[in-house]
Formats: sequence, C-alpha cells, structure tokens
Amino acid sequence: MNRFKERLPRGLGQRFPAFAKHGRKYALMTLLTLLAGFFAVLFLLPTVLTITNSFMSESELSANYGKIFSSLAGSGSTYVADTVNLKFIPDMVTFKQYWTVLLQSPEYLFKFWNSVILVVPIVLGQLAVAALASYSLMRYRGRFRDVIFFMYVILMLMPYQVMLVPNYLVAEWTHLLNTRWSIILPGIFTPFSVFLLTKFMRRIPKALIEAALLDGATEWQLFTKVCLPQCRSALYSVAILSFIDYWNMVEQPIILLPNETLQPLSVYLSTINSGEVGVAFAVATIYMIPSLLLFLHGEEYLVEGITHSGSVKG
Amino acid sequence: MKMPNLPKKPQLNFKLRKPQLPPKKHWRSIAMLWPSLFGVLVFFVLPFVVILYYSLINNTTQRQFVGLQNFVRLFNNGAFLIAAKNTLLFSLIAVPLAVVLALGLALLLEANIPAKSQFRTFFLSPMMVPVASVVLIWQVIFHYNGVMNKFLSAFGVQAIDWLKSDYCLLVIVVLFLWKNLGYNMILFMASLANVPKELMEVASLDTNSRWYKFVHIQLRYLSPTILFVTILSLINSFKVFREVFLLTGKYPYDGLYMLQHFMNNTFVNLDYQKLSAAAVVMGIVMTIIIAILFIIEGRFGKDVEG
Repeated sequence: MNRFKERLPRGLGQRFPAFAKHGRKYALMTLLTLLAGFFAVLFLLPTVLTITNSFMSESELSANYGKIFSSLAGSGSTYVADTVNLKFIPDMVTFKQYWTVLLQSPEYLFKFWNSVILVVPIVLGQLAVAALASYSLMRYRGRFRDVIFFMYVILMLMPYQVMLVPNYLVAEWTHLLNTRWSIILPGIFTPFSVFLLTKFMRRIPKALIEAALLDGATEWQLFTKVCLPQCRSALYSVAILSFIDYWNMVEQPIILLPNETLQPLSVYLSTINSGEVGVAFAVATIYMIPSLLLFLHGEEYLVEGITHSGSVKG
Repeated sequence: MKMPNLPKKPQLNFKLRKPQLPPKKHWRSIAMLWPSLFGVLVFFVLPFVVILYYSLINNTTQRQFVGLQNFVRLFNNGAFLIAAKNTLLFSLIAVPLAVVLALGLALLLEANIPAKSQFRTFFLSPMMVPVASVVLIWQVIFHYNGVMNKFLSAFGVQAIDWLKSDYCLLVIVVLFLWKNLGYNMILFMASLANVPKELMEVASLDTNSRWYKFVHIQLRYLSPTILFVTILSLINSFKVFREVFLLTGKYPYDGLYMLQHFMNNTFVNLDYQKLSAAAVVMGIVMTIIIAILFIIEGRFGKDVEG
C-alpha cells in the first residue's frame, strides 16, 4: 500500500486528496472498468457492424469486402480492393437495400413471415400449456409429483439431437412431416418452460392461496385470478426465452421441414450470403429487430427468467 | 303508560367455528397437468421408447432382435466417430472456458464498477441477436482474406484459413463464448448476490486477501450454480451446430463435422437403426455425464446447503 503511494506522481496526490488516500483502489477500479469496456466492445462489435453495414451501398461494400464475397468481385465494373476494411460508419447512408428487401423482392418477406408463423404459435402455445402444468405441479402434492417433475428436468437436459429422432418419428406417423405442425407441436410441449414456470409458481406465498380458498375460490378461479396475475413477469420471461430459442432455430427446419418455401428466415439467411451481400445485411438487420426490441423492452424480465432457471433442484 | 314491546333479542341459530380449508382434491389440480403431460408423453417419451426398440432390431419390416449389432455398426462408422470426437473435443474446450470466463465477468460486474447495468446489457446482448444475422460479419472476420488475418499480419503471423484448417474449432469456440457468456454471467451474478454479506464482512476482519474470500466463501456458495452452468453450457455446446451450419454450410471442414451433421446425413438415407442407436447412445452418455456432475457437486458443496 505504502509502496504504491510512493510511486504515484507527486502532484496527483496533492491535488486530489482522495486519490492519495484511495489511490490503489482507484487504479484498480479504472483497470477493471477498462477491462469491462474492452469486453463490451468485443460483445457489441458484430451486432453494431451488421447494422451499420446494412446502410452501405453495394459499391462501398464491394470496395471493403470484395475479396470475401465472390459475388461482389464478379460484378465487373466495380472497384475491388486488395485488402479488407472493417468499416463502422458508411461513407454515404443509403436505404436502397431496405427498399429492395421490402418492396422489390418479396421472397425475403415471405421467409420472415414463415418465421413469425412458426414462432408465435409455439410461444403462445407453450405459455398456455406450461402455465396449466406448472400450476398443477405447484398445487398437486401427491405421490407422483416429484417423479413427474424429475421427468421434465431430465427431458430438459437432453440435447436436441436425442429428441430429434422421436420428433421425426411422430411427425411421420401422423403424416405431419414437411408441414409447419411438425415443428410447432413438439415446440409447444417443450419441458423447459414447464420447469421454469413451476419454479416461479412455487414462490407464490402459501397464505395467498389459502386465503383465496377460504373465500371459496374454485381451482380454476385460483389459477386465473390468483396465480396467473402473480406470475405475470414470469410468463413474460418464459416467452422471451423461448422466443429467442425458436427465432434462432436451424436444426428443426432442416430435418422436419425440407420444403424450402416453408422454411424460416434463420435457415434461409445462410444461403443468401453468397448472393447479394448488401441485401443480406439488410435482411439480417431486419431479422434482428423483433428480438432486439423484446430485449430492450424486457431485459429485467429476461434477467429474472434466467436467474430462476439457475438451479436444477426443485 | 305502557312500555312498548321490545323486539326480541335475535337468536344466533348457528355455531361459530373456525374457518376451514376445503378438502384437498388432487385430481382437480392434476387435471390441468394433462395437456402438458400428454404432449410430453406423445412427442418425447413414447417415441423414445420406440427408438430404444428400433435400436435393437434389424429393420422395421422384419423386426428381428439383433442385440447390440446396431451399436457395433455405429461405433464402426467413421463419420459417427469423427462427429463424436469433434463434438467431444469442442465441449471439452468450450464448456470450461464458458464457466470460468462467465464467472470472471460476473465478478467484474460485482466489483461496483461504474455503469454496471449498462455493461450487463452489453454482455447480454449477443444472446438476443439471431446467429443468422451476424454470420456475415463473422465471415468477414475469419475469412482467409479477412480482418483477423489482416490484423495478425501486422504482427508477422502467417495468414490462416480459419474455417478450413485445424483452427476452425477455435473460431467456433469464440462464437460459442460470444453467444453464451451473457446467460451464464447472469446466473453467476444471481448466485453471488446470495452469498451472505455478514460472512464476507466477518472474513474481511480476518483477512485482506480477496483471493482467500473468493475461494473459501464465494466458491462454496457458487458450487450448485457452477454445476448448473456446466450442464447448461454442455447442452448449448451441442447446439453449436447452428453456428457451424450457418458459417460453413452442409459440408464443413472435417474438424467441424458435428453430431448434428451426422444425424442430418443419416436422415437423408433414413437409416432408422443407425439413427436410433445414435440417439440412444447420446442420451445415455448425457445421463452419465450429468450424474457424475451431480455427484461431484454433492461432495463439494454439501456443507453450505440447508
């Protein structure tokens, strides 16, 4: 401690007495903040670059990344740089790509719609099914409760590859293969949301439930009028978590939905990488918007949801 | 004067008794479990039983039991071995890093640095960004002519073809960490907040060593969370196929051939026996790993619980 103080520049300690007193602490804090800042830049970089690059014109993109995306180099007259430039701010902001995506080539919008029509029923269905199930896992105190809950935990912990073959078999038996239902139906019954909501439900004060029962509430009233309002933020966090998971999905559509016209944008985006890069950046940015909005609007709920997923034991 | 007739004092004709809860009827609450239980049984459990059966027969028309022959065939399959090896190697590198680095970030944020909540938002943001959206930027960075090589060449490092050489696993590890550290960090932050403050203060009287307090107090309380984060990262490490697929397509460099690629290719041939055997093997291995982790945690963190 003393040794460190001696090493400080002489003027600093005299000018700021606090620094002389807590010099080491300040130095440490500055160091930690710089470290956090460094990580923050790394974490934000890909997202920010995608967004800013979506406003660059095709010629600017090819000047920067011509060496990487062969389609750009092939477009002849445009200048292709020898080296790659990672550019943050476009020379000239253009909305041409967005114009193309939104008005001239509807296939991207169709894919976007495919994503929506897959994910929204899954999230809503999951909420309904999981709310009912978690309520009864909270109320029911019979012999099989722990067995059932344990089954959900085990299923939750299995990698998707294990459950893929069962999903495929069911889809084949029910002739749902290659329809949207082959993804939506198993998605609705995902064990994770039941697990998470049950943990929230068990935190409802017992006195509240007993008071409602004394007033003569039926099970259904207890569920809709007492437990659901108590779990409103929990429902929101479950919704966010499952939305991200399914908005991102790649494995399921490849196997269960080979029909390319029905596939969501998350799969399709990888194939347009080799095509028009400018448009790809614009589509990528558009695809980010729903989940980023959800994030900015519901970060607290998301954090709460993650926090409560944090231990396997009941 | 005549007194008016006073009204008769009302008679209580019922006994006051303590209010009582209605009798518990289990079947009513369990009725609400049925939709979910039905779905889980139909879509996950029963077909898995069928798959157990499929993994033991020769084909779906003859249905003769062949014992473990399908499993022997699976373990002699070169593609499966490569996929298993790559996935295992990836998990072995990525999971410990994901746990340690996330714990580091959580401790960093716990140290009361300024703008703590903004940093939390930044670290969490990759989780919300669809992989498909940022894949273009990753390509720009890790392409042979890309940014990473340009940056490294300033230090005189030979250009590396990141996605088509043995370094590819490193790229995917970076992507995995980028995506998953935020989630793990939140779990660690919640659990750090649960460490009793009194205990830390008492320890501060005894020692000035931050390291001592971390190892002997915080780490003890964190151990259930470390277990959970490890399991979670393990599961997520199986999901890394997404990143690989989006970056390199259906036929990646050998080092990136994951179990999901193997499954995809086997689905094309519809070899049910091989698929079932693979799913069963993965399920068993996963169960064993989770059981081992639980046992380790039980040994280490027993004295702080309850």
